[in-house]
Amino acid sequence: MSPATPPPPEDLVHSESFLRLLMRRQLQLSIACAAAFLFVLLGLPLANYFLPELMATRVAGFTLSWLLLGILFFPAVWVISWIFIRRSIALEEEEVAQVKNPTHR
Amino acid sequence: MTLPSLFPLAPGVLAVLNVDPWIFAFSLFTVAVTIWMGFRSARSSKTASDFFVAGRSVSVGWNASAISGEYLSAASFMGVAGMVMSSGYDALWYPVCYACGYLFLLLFIAGPLRRFGAYTIPDFAEGRFDSPLFRKIAVCFVLFIGFFYTMPQMKGAGTTLAYIFPGMPYWGGVVLVGAVITLNVALGGMKGITLVQAFQYWAKMFAISVPVFVLMSVYGFYGAHVGANDGRPVSPVAVQGVTPGAGVAAAEHAVERKPLTSKAPADTAWVSPFGPLTTKAAKAAGLSESEAKPYSLLYTYSLIIALVCGTAGLPHILVRFYTNPDGVAAKRTTMWVMILIGIFYVFPPVFGVIGRNLLPDLYNATGAKGTDKIVLELPRLLNERGGVWGSILSGITCAGAFAAFMSTFSGLLVSMTGAVAHDVYGRMLKPNATPEQRMRMFKFAAIGIGGVSVLLGAQVEALQINFMVGQAFAIAAASYFPLLFMSVWWRGMTMAGAACGMLGGGLAALGCTTVINLSDLKMVDLAAFWAAHPLLRILCEQPAIWTVPLAIGLMIVVSKATRAQVPGDIRMKMLVLHAPEKLGLKQEYIQEHQAGH
Repeated sequence: MSPATPPPPEDLVHSESFLRLLMRRQLQLSIACAAAFLFVLLGLPLANYFLPELMATRVAGFTLSWLLLGILFFPAVWVISWIFIRRSIALEEEEVAQVKNPTHR
Repeated sequence: MTLPSLFPLAPGVLAVLNVDPWIFAFSLFTVAVTIWMGFRSARSSKTASDFFVAGRSVSVGWNASAISGEYLSAASFMGVAGMVMSSGYDALWYPVCYACGYLFLLLFIAGPLRRFGAYTIPDFAEGRFDSPLFRKIAVCFVLFIGFFYTMPQMKGAGTTLAYIFPGMPYWGGVVLVGAVITLNVALGGMKGITLVQAFQYWAKMFAISVPVFVLMSVYGFYGAHVGANDGRPVSPVAVQGVTPGAGVAAAEHAVERKPLTSKAPADTAWVSPFGPLTTKAAKAAGLSESEAKPYSLLYTYSLIIALVCGTAGLPHILVRFYTNPDGVAAKRTTMWVMILIGIFYVFPPVFGVIGRNLLPDLYNATGAKGTDKIVLELPRLLNERGGVWGSILSGITCAGAFAAFMSTFSGLLVSMTGAVAHDVYGRMLKPNATPEQRMRMFKFAAIGIGGVSVLLGAQVEALQINFMVGQAFAIAAASYFPLLFMSVWWRGMTMAGAACGMLGGGLAALGCTTVINLSDLKMVDLAAFWAAHPLLRILCEQPAIWTVPLAIGLMIVVSKATRAQVPGDIRMKMLVLHAPEKLGLKQEYIQEHQAGH
C-alpha cells in the first residue's frame, strides 16, 4: 500500500487511448532506430555482393569492407542507441507530465 | 604423467616443470581473486532478493560491467580470434552481431521487461499469460539453452588448463572451474557474482587490449597486417620494409610475414567477403565461384539473424535486467554494455590477423590445438625478441581466458539455479516456502546444477567451441526472442500462441543443429546428400532465416485462433509494461492481483 501518492486521474491513465498513444509512440521510436540499424547491417552484405571492387578498395591497409565491419560499425551503433535512449527518456517524461496536469487532451 | 607430444608447443616452453611460471602466476591470481571476492560478498548477501536479483539495486556502472563480463565468453575471447584467423572477413560478423544484438534488446525488450518486475523469465511468462503451465515450459527452455551454452564454456576451461599444464587431463580443468564457480554462486548468489563478473570484465578488457598494443608496436599496425594479405607470394625471408614501389604501398607492406601452409585459405578469399566460411556448402556441391555467391549471401543473412536475435534471447543475459533499479536504468545499462563490449570486440580479430602472418603453422592443426589457441600463443612470439615479455603477456591472456569462461559460467549457473530454486521449488513444489527455505534451496540447486554441468562438460571434448555456441544462439533466436518481442508489443498474444511459436521455432532449430551435428561428427553420412542440395545444407546449418519467421508466424496464427484466451486484464498488463514507472501503475497492478486471488 502506498497511500503517499495521490491516485492518478483514473480516466486518463487507464483509458484505451492513453495506452494506444503510449505504445504507438514508443514503438515508432524503436522501429525508426531499428530501421537505421538494419539499413547498415543488412546493407553491408548487399554492398559486398553488388559492389565488390569498391568494397575491396584499400584504406590504410584494410579493405573498405573490413574497415566498416571490423571497426566503424561499433561507433555507429553507439550513436543510434544514444539517440534512442535520450528520446525515449524524454518521451517518458512527457507522458508523466501529461498525466500529472491534463490541461489539454 | 606428461604428454608433451600431444601439445605441439615451442620446445623452449616445455621447461623443467613443463609450466611457464608467468602463465601459471597470472592464472592463479585470477582464480584466487575470484574466490576471494566470492567469500567477501557472501557476507553481504543475506536476503532471498540478494540471491535472485541482487536486491534490485545494482548501479548502472556495476551492472553494465557485470553484463559485459558475463557475456564475453570463451567463444568471444578465444573463438573469435581463431575464427578470424581461419576464415577471415566472414568471421567478423560474429563479433559485430554479438555486440549489436544488444541494440535489439535495448530497442524492444529491455525497458518493458524490467518494468514488469519479475524475478525470472518464467515469472514473466506466467505473469503475462496468467498460466502456470507456461511457466513450466519456460523453465524447461531456460535449463535447456543454459546447458547448451554451458558445454562450450566447460570445453574452453578444459582445453585452456590442459594448455597451461601440459599433461593435465581434459576433465581436470572442467572440474576445477566448475567447482570454483559453483562455490561462488552458492555462497553469494546474484549479488556475489555481480561484483565478480564486473571485475572479470575489466580483467578481460586488460588481457585482450594490452597484448594487442604491445604486439602492434613491435610487429606493425592492424591495418598493415591486413594489407599484407594482397595475394603476392611470400618469400621465406621476412619482407621487412624493402618492397619496391610507391611510398604508401611500401609502408603498408612493411610487416613481417611467414609463408602460409597449404591448409590456410588464400589471401583473396581470406580478406574478401563470401570467403571460406560462407561458401563451404556451395563449394562442397562443386559450384563455381559466381554460382556460389548467392548461397553465401543467404548464409551471411541467416548468420546475422541468428546472432542478433539470439543475443536478445539468451536467458542468462535477460535475467540481469531484473537487477536494475528501474526501466530507465535498464536502458542506460544496455547503452553502456554496448560500448563496453563494442570496444572489446575490436581486439580479438587483431590477434587473428597478426596470427595469420606470424604463426601460420597453427593452420595445420584444428580446433583447440590449432587456430583457437592463437590468443594464448601469439604473445609468446615476443620471447624471440629477448626478455620474458612474451611469457608475461601470454600469462595475461591466459588469465583473461580464465576470466572469460568463469564469468559466463557463473552467469549461466545463476540463471539456471534461479529457475530451479525460484520457479520449480518456490512456485511449483512449495509455493508457501519461507525466504530462508528458498535461499537454502538456491544453494542446493547451485551445487546440483554445477555438478550436472561438469558432467556434461566432460563429454564434449570432441566438439568445437564456436559451433556449440552457435547452436545455443540458433535455439534462443527461434524461441525466446520471438516470445519476448511478441508478448511485449502485441496484446492479442495468447498462451497457446506463445507456446506453439516458441516450441515450434525452438524445436525446428534444435532439429537442424542436431542433424548437422550428427553429420559433422560422421555418425550419419550425409555428405553426398549435402553435395546434391547445398541450399538445404545452408538452411540446416544456419536455420534462423526461416525458424524465426516460423516462430513469429505460429504465434500470430495460433493466437488469432484462440482469441478468447487473451487475459482479461490485458490492458492493465500492457500499461505496466509500457507506462513510465513514475505513474505507479505497478503497485496498483500488484494490489489488484492480490485482491483478485
